Amino acid sequence: MLEALGISSPALFGQLLIGLINGSFYALLSLGLAVIFGMLNIINFTHGAQYMMGAFGAYLLLEHLHLGYWWALIIAPIAVGLTGVVIERLFLKQLYQLDHLYGLLLTFGIALIIQGLFRNYYGSSGLPYRAPAELQGVRNLGFMFLPNYRAWVIVVSLVVCLSTWFVIERTRLGSYLRAATENPSLVRAFGINVPRMITLTYGFGVALAALAGVMAAPIYNVSPLMGADLIIVVFAVVVIGGMGSIMGAIVTGFGLGVVEGLTKYFKPEASDTVIFVIMVIVLLVRPAGLFGRRA
Amino acid sequence: MNNLFGLGILAGLLTASAAHAQISDGVVKIGVLNDMSSLYADIGGKGSVLAAQMAVDDFGGKVLDRPIEVISGDHQNKPDIGAGLARKWIDTEHVDTIVDVPTSSVALAVQEVTREKKRVFLMSGPASSDLTGKACSPYGFQWTYDTYALAHGTGGALVKQGGDSWFFITADYAFGHALERDTSEAVKAAGGKVLGSVSVPLNTQDFSSFLLQAQASKAKVIGLANAGGDTINSIKQAAEFGIVAGGQKLAGLLVFLTDVDSLGLKTAQGLTITSAWYWDKDDASRAFAKRFVARNPNGKPPTYTQAGVYTEVAFYLNAIKAAGTDDADKVSAQMRSMKINDFMTKDGWIREDGRIMRDMYLEEVKSPQESKYPYDYFKVLATIPAEQAFRPLKDGGCPLVKN
Repeated sequence: MLEALGISSPALFGQLLIGLINGSFYALLSLGLAVIFGMLNIINFTHGAQYMMGAFGAYLLLEHLHLGYWWALIIAPIAVGLTGVVIERLFLKQLYQLDHLYGLLLTFGIALIIQGLFRNYYGSSGLPYRAPAELQGVRNLGFMFLPNYRAWVIVVSLVVCLSTWFVIERTRLGSYLRAATENPSLVRAFGINVPRMITLTYGFGVALAALAGVMAAPIYNVSPLMGADLIIVVFAVVVIGGMGSIMGAIVTGFGLGVVEGLTKYFKPEASDTVIFVIMVIVLLVRPAGLFGRRA
Repeated sequence: MNNLFGLGILAGLLTASAAHAQISDGVVKIGVLNDMSSLYADIGGKGSVLAAQMAVDDFGGKVLDRPIEVISGDHQNKPDIGAGLARKWIDTEHVDTIVDVPTSSVALAVQEVTREKKRVFLMSGPASSDLTGKACSPYGFQWTYDTYALAHGTGGALVKQGGDSWFFITADYAFGHALERDTSEAVKAAGGKVLGSVSVPLNTQDFSSFLLQAQASKAKVIGLANAGGDTINSIKQAAEFGIVAGGQKLAGLLVFLTDVDSLGLKTAQGLTITSAWYWDKDDASRAFAKRFVARNPNGKPPTYTQAGVYTEVAFYLNAIKAAGTDDADKVSAQMRSMKINDFMTKDGWIREDGRIMRDMYLEEVKSPQESKYPYDYFKVLATIPAEQAFRPLKDGGCPLVKN
């Protein structure tokens, strides 16, 4: 039947799978953003730069310390997460009482500074980084050739996203976090160190961005500009999913990846605008986003 | 009598010096306009500004007793910003020539500005062959390469090797479409066929979807009608999807030294490219590259567009000196009458349509084993003589060409 419409089903399934893979990057990144906004009410525009720092972390670990991809998966997110902690302690702390806009402006400014510094030092063409030997190679699925590394990306993304959702929505630690956002003074009265939880939460969100960066390093060009291009799309994903909703960010991330993949097949010229068109429609129909729960 | 005599001598001296130094506004200003911050920033960027400054310094910093100044600006790959900057430079800052301007859509816009305002436009960066075709200008000079040369050089070579069916991945703007058009014509002229193409927005990160379409087409050659960061991502991801291992060839239609540097030789080896110059070509080129590297903060040798900026600025200054003025009409005529001989070009000349006629080189990216020292990336397979490399004068549709 699909053939009658002029669509070859093997090609279509291939594009759907690619869409899912891209969606897993969107999901990982929007998860970090949703955690930070949902828990802390900060619109973290530095997310793209922190994603880029994760990728550069992987490159630098290999180049200077000869530590490969598997090490980078653990070390880079922790290192970048620590820089996030520093930013939170020094700057973001002062802004919690103020309008969202201040957090947005501050994080946007920090993003520009970080990106500018990296670009000044490394240029814009990017640096070479290859997938580890264990993950190289392709598998012939019949309807397409799937690189093993991309299959790995989907798996990791699903595991990380679902575990994060589980921790926040289903465990006691998660409930402390959620309560601390709604009523910090009351939660403090119970003896829970709220400021430390907030700092660690921001660090965790940033570490998620850096993890996405390490995963991106072998397949996308490791360049200081890599975050800037991606962050706008990720914001659209979070807005569509609902700014405060963790599950919304995950589901929308994967879903929009598939939609974008289909657009690349049917009308490639529109592939970088389709997500924004959807965002406009969703904002008109459901301003809180598809899964959002804030008024 | 004495007073009249003295007055006469004074008058004579004054008119003589006035005729001698007809430099508008007392200074020769060179405006280097290119992408300083985005995907093409390493191909030209600050390196082009350095190249222009080196040319000025080597010339002595002055021409016809007037100082020479180099200023620069970032067009961000946007035609409106580029044209706006060009206009502002010409109207309020007395800029006499605009130099480099990669990104063909911006170059086409600046060509119109310089045509209207009568300023020399020295194009080292942009690729579109339309700049010496239907958009040609009496003040516009395309100094290094163009899409026709790339198409016939690389396209012709690959068809000869058996790559007779092509699929294009094209950057969706003026340059990509010009390159796809010229390469399709070259492939068909050589007896091959074009199976299809896909247009991709500029500055795309992920090419997997488009590479999948290219794989499905079963074309023997996948032509990458894009540049800079787009080409790097395409080639990197093509390696991931086992495209070359699966038997299809990749044609990097526009690849620079900086792109190979980003990809690493392991990924880029074997790519056949067409180029206007290479830093390791001969002793004179190496000498220039050495001086450039010494002053270049990121330590990389010059790309051929950056070397192009150096040689075109040097040529322009020599033309001003010979013509005795910086007036655009006179300098353009002077340049057209001179032969170009420097480390980059041997016996080059300028055609009526503004095309600089130079030899082009067919090169191949070395394997990691073949590379003996840093930036030792290319080996020259063949020299393509100027007459063969560029589009025949009568085929361009340039209104300046009298039939």
